[in-house]
Amino acid sequence: MKSNKLSRVVRRILLYAVIIAITAITVYPVLVVINTSLRPSNALYTTSLSLIPENATVRAYVSILLDKPFLLWMRNSLIVAIAVTLLGVTLASTAGYAFSRFSFPGRRSGMIGLLVTQMFPATMLLLPLFVLMRGLGLVDTLMGLVVAYTATVLPFTVWTMKGYYDTIPRDLEEAAMVDGASQIGAFVRVVLPLARPALMITGLFSFMAGWSEFIVARVILSSQSLYTLPLGLEGLAGTFQTEWATYSAGSLLVSLPVVALFLILNRFLVGGLTLGGVKG
Amino acid sequence: MSILPVRYRLPYALLLPTALVIAAVILYPFLYNFWISLSNMSLYHVRDAHLIGFDNYGKIFLESELYTVLAKTIAWTGINVFFHVVIGVGVALLLNQQVRGRGIFRALLILPWAMPQYIVALTWRGMFNYQYGAINLILERFGIDPVPWLSHETGAFAAATITNIWLGFPFMMIIALGGLQSIPDELYEAASIDGASAWQKLRRVTIPMLKPIMVPAISLGTIWTFNNLNVIWLVTRGGEPADQTHILVTYVYKAAFSYYRYGYAAAFSVMIFLVLLGFILWYMKTTRVLAEAR
Repeated sequence: MKSNKLSRVVRRILLYAVIIAITAITVYPVLVVINTSLRPSNALYTTSLSLIPENATVRAYVSILLDKPFLLWMRNSLIVAIAVTLLGVTLASTAGYAFSRFSFPGRRSGMIGLLVTQMFPATMLLLPLFVLMRGLGLVDTLMGLVVAYTATVLPFTVWTMKGYYDTIPRDLEEAAMVDGASQIGAFVRVVLPLARPALMITGLFSFMAGWSEFIVARVILSSQSLYTLPLGLEGLAGTFQTEWATYSAGSLLVSLPVVALFLILNRFLVGGLTLGGVKG
Repeated sequence: MSILPVRYRLPYALLLPTALVIAAVILYPFLYNFWISLSNMSLYHVRDAHLIGFDNYGKIFLESELYTVLAKTIAWTGINVFFHVVIGVGVALLLNQQVRGRGIFRALLILPWAMPQYIVALTWRGMFNYQYGAINLILERFGIDPVPWLSHETGAFAAATITNIWLGFPFMMIIALGGLQSIPDELYEAASIDGASAWQKLRRVTIPMLKPIMVPAISLGTIWTFNNLNVIWLVTRGGEPADQTHILVTYVYKAAFSYYRYGYAAAFSVMIFLVLLGFILWYMKTTRVLAEAR
C-alpha cells in the first residue's frame, strides 16, 4: 500500500513538472518581447538571459505612443476590427442557423463549398481581390478591408455556429413556436441566447481577423493615414535601423487587447468550438 | 420568387448576405485568378494581357524546383500537424486531470494563439539570431555550440517549423479539451469495472471518443499549415538562405509579388489548390467526415 501511495505522489509531481515545463516554454517568447521592450537603447544587443534587463526603462512605450502615429494605427485597426466583428457575427449566426435547421437544395454543397474556400492559397486571391476592389472603389479604404476580412473569416465561423446550433435541441424552438412565436422569433429569443458561447467565439475570431491581418492590408492600403497596426508595426521593424525596443513595446500593446479578449472568453472556447459536422 | 417553394425562402434569405460576400471576395477572385493563369499577365503586360492557353501550367512542370518545394511543403505540413496534434492532445490530457490552477495554465498555454502571428514570427526570428538570440544563448549555457539557424537551409527550415509548432498547438489543445469534456464519466467507470488499465482506457475510450472531434480540426489544421504564408515568410525573411526554405505558397508569393510573374503565379496557385483539394478529399473519405456533414 505504501509504495502505491508513494508512486501516486511521484506521479503528481511528474504531472506538475511536465505541465509547468510546457507552460514555461510556451510563455518564454512572450517574456522575451517584454524584456526587449524594457531595454535601454544602448543595451539592445546583449547576451544576457535575465528576464528584467539592467536599467529597465519604459522609454520605448512613451516613444511609441508619442513619437509614432501609433494611436492613429490603433484607431484604424479598431474601426476595422469592430466592423468585422459586427458584420461577421450577424452573417455567421444567420447562415449557420440556415445550415443547421433547414434542409434545402444546395445545403450540403454549400457547407463543403465553405470548407473548400479555406484551401485557396492567399496568393490566388490577392491580385484578383485588388483588381476587384479597384473596380468597386474600395482600394485604399478601411471599408475594403472590412469586406475582405469578413469574407475570409466567414467559412470558419459559419461552421462553428452551425456545429453549435446542432447541439441545441429543436424542441425548444418548437415549443416557442407552439406558443405563437414565428421561426425568426424563436431563433432570436430562444436559440441565440443559448448559442452565446459560439457567438462569443465567432466574435473573437472576427475581431482577431480584423486586428491582426497583414498581407491583405498591405495590398489594399497605401495611404499612411489609413495604416492599421500590423502595417505600422511592420514599418517599424522594416526600417534600416530598427528600434527593437519601440517595436517590442508596440507589439505588446497590440497583443494586449486580443490576449485580454482571449482570456475573458477562455471559458467559452472549450466547448464553444464544435467545428460543425460532428453531429450532422 | 414565386418559383421558389415557401419552405426554402427563409433559409435562402438567411444565407443570402453571406453568399454575396463570399461570392464577391472569394469566388469572383477565384475565377478571375483562373483567367489570369491562362494569360500572359506580368509586370509588362497588365492591361494588355491576353489569353495564351495552358503555357503557364506547362512551365510549372518543367520547373525543376517544383518537386523539392513540394516535398518541403509536405514535410512542413506533416511535421507541424503531427506535433500540433500530439502536443495539443497531450497537454489537454494532462490538464484534464485534477490539476490545481488549471485555469491559469490554460490561459497561459493559449498565449501563442492569442498573439498576432506576424509579431510572434518576428520575435522567434530574433530568438534564432546566431549571436544574440535566446535559443543559442540557452544552448551555450548547456555547453552546446551555437547553431547558425537562419543562415543554413536546414536550420532555417527547422526554425520556421519550431515557430509554427509553438503557434499551432493551442488550437488543437482547446479542441481536444472540449472533446474530453464531452466524454461521459460512465464510460470510464464502466472501463474501470471491467478492470481496464489507464493505458487501455486511453486507447479504448478516450481516443475513439476524441476522433470525431479531432478529425475536422486536423483537416482544417492541415489546410492552414499547408497554406501558411506568414510564418515561413517572416521567419526566413522570404525564403532565405538563397530561396531554399520555400513551401509552395511562399514560392508563389515570391513569383507574384517579387518577380511580378502574375500569370505563372496564378497557374501555380491553382495547382496548389488542386493538390490540397485532392489530399483533403482523400483524407475525408478515409475518415468519413463528409458523410457526417449531411
